[in-house]
Amino acid sequence: MCACAGDSEATTEKPSAPGLSLENRRSFLGALLGVGSIFVGALLSVPLIRFALFPLLRRTTELKSSPVGALSEFSPLTEPAMRTIQIEQVDGWRKAISEKAVYITKDQQGQFRVLTSVCPHLGCTVPWNKEKNQFLCPCHGATFALDGSRISGPSQRGMDTLETSVQDGQLLVRFQYFRQLVPHKEVIG
Amino acid sequence: MHATQHKESNPPALSEPGVRAWLNRRTGLDALLRTALYEPIPGGARLAYVFGSALLFIFISQVITGVFLALYYVPSADHAHTTVAYITKTVTAGSFLRSLHAYGASAMIVVLLLHLSQTYIYGAYKGRRELLWLSGCVLFALILGMAFTGYLLPWDQRAYFATAVGTNAASEIPWVGESLKRMMRGGTEMGTLTISRFFVAHVFLLPACVFALVASHIFLFRQAGAAGPVNEDPYHPKQKPELFYPRQVLMDLSLTALLIIGLGLLCFFVPMQLGPPANPADAQYVPRPEWYYLPIFQWLKYWHGAASVVGILVIPTVLVAAVIALPFLDRGIERRPWKRPVAMGAYAFVLFALVALGLRSQYLDKHDPGVAQQLAKQKTEEDEYMRKPFEPELSSASLTAANVALADPLAAKGKTIFEAQSCNACHGDAGVGTAAAPALAGIAAKVSPDQLAQLFKHPTAKMTAGGMPPMDLPPDDFKALITYVGSLK
Repeated sequence: MCACAGDSEATTEKPSAPGLSLENRRSFLGALLGVGSIFVGALLSVPLIRFALFPLLRRTTELKSSPVGALSEFSPLTEPAMRTIQIEQVDGWRKAISEKAVYITKDQQGQFRVLTSVCPHLGCTVPWNKEKNQFLCPCHGATFALDGSRISGPSQRGMDTLETSVQDGQLLVRFQYFRQLVPHKEVIG
Repeated sequence: MHATQHKESNPPALSEPGVRAWLNRRTGLDALLRTALYEPIPGGARLAYVFGSALLFIFISQVITGVFLALYYVPSADHAHTTVAYITKTVTAGSFLRSLHAYGASAMIVVLLLHLSQTYIYGAYKGRRELLWLSGCVLFALILGMAFTGYLLPWDQRAYFATAVGTNAASEIPWVGESLKRMMRGGTEMGTLTISRFFVAHVFLLPACVFALVASHIFLFRQAGAAGPVNEDPYHPKQKPELFYPRQVLMDLSLTALLIIGLGLLCFFVPMQLGPPANPADAQYVPRPEWYYLPIFQWLKYWHGAASVVGILVIPTVLVAAVIALPFLDRGIERRPWKRPVAMGAYAFVLFALVALGLRSQYLDKHDPGVAQQLAKQKTEEDEYMRKPFEPELSSASLTAANVALADPLAAKGKTIFEAQSCNACHGDAGVGTAAAPALAGIAAKVSPDQLAQLFKHPTAKMTAGGMPPMDLPPDDFKALITYVGSLK
């Protein structure tokens, strides 16, 4: 034990500094200790605050891009190609994997366009109708053209396009859900 | 206990201006502060008296870091490890805070032993300090309980197996041991109920008791007064007192500052590891408790068969009873250690025995090639696990959806039809049901495949009203769809 160190520091009163009473010295020391403690406390709370604010500083939920297939698979594209993609949704420390169907088509300029199969009317899965050469929703009869634009039926807008990117010759798509029953595309998650 | 030469300042006048004066009139804060700071210490401030304050500081630090860790932690066997891994590997400052909490537990035991030793060697349990000593004993047990229950919560290999051994040791206690073990584990085996129990003990029950006991410990300390140096009379202190503030406060704060710096550096440069998730099927794993439980761990190895009652029950009970009864047995007012050969001899013996048992356990581990090799392997596995990036846990919903597709090729085909026909739009992925339509999972138990086919072709009025259209599909597709829907569980 460190009693020896304590013994050497006897309890004799230290001589007062000139011009300063004991009382003054004590309140100065008190203020110093107060400020010191607040400073150390503030320093210690930095990691605590960063820990608690982690969801503000970093994304804790994330929708990852899913591979659709190699670009070469879609080079001669006469009709929309349907692909089932795996969507990985990260939510903090867990993730959910679900499957969704998307269509790969081309727009008038020949650029790739990936459409979600979720009908913008009420969310049914829209199949491609080969005979009629258009998308035909089985639920309420909305029809859409090859590039997803609205032809007829109860839907207020065309089929929704998804964000795409190309990486190492692979077409990637970021699946999203959009609000139904509105004339303009609006992301909901 | 205010036999001090300190001049009490006059009570604040009602008219005194200023926020501080107002706050003081409302709360009596100044008087409270004065009571706290102007405790007389016979014989003056000493470095030997700093451990109590340091303990209080670490306890507060444990409470704060513990509360913050609970922001991300989930106490269940399938999520505990993932959430601790998330804290350690992903969350900002998570590894640091977890290390602070884990190392803080060890630091608390160290300072607790120093505090206990100081009290014992200084004979500071003498005089009217029986209850003070008793409350200290209970606090010791509670802190060991906190360490034991907290250790399991990360649910990695090390935590799981150490607790398996710890709870098993309890079952060695004659008559009640088996029930005690099941009580702690929430069953015969360790599992998710064990985590729940340990979590509740660790964050609700034990802390509540610690708070209450710390309060009474400090209260009883102030009632009895500081004992002072070893040549002081425990009943009627005669030496010139010095107030707690400022010199003792400064000494206490110095040790606290050293602890903060030491722990901070340790946590920053050698963060606490997390091992791979608990695998109860791992028969190779060699469990080892945390260092402060090693002596008990080693002690238990020596007792088997009929004699075990002596080693596991009789000797520890006598020892604990002697420690608890100390202030009642040792009534003399002599406090100088060199005049208390029996007490000091007993202290030296117990200390020596504990250290020897701990070292013996370490020595045996090092010199048994099989054990040493396995322990090294376990260490390597921990290091490897720490290097891996965090991998989120797959939610159970995605697992069921994936499993169903694999079961049967016809059902797999049915799944694509289920999705192509938008059945999932209303009935949910894998038929789990949504707000728009009921679940189809488990329908095979209620309706035969033929009835199901009939319902699909000719929905009832209630179904039609809900938005269910009649299905018109080629017979093969229809069969696949029925198979798929029938397979949903």
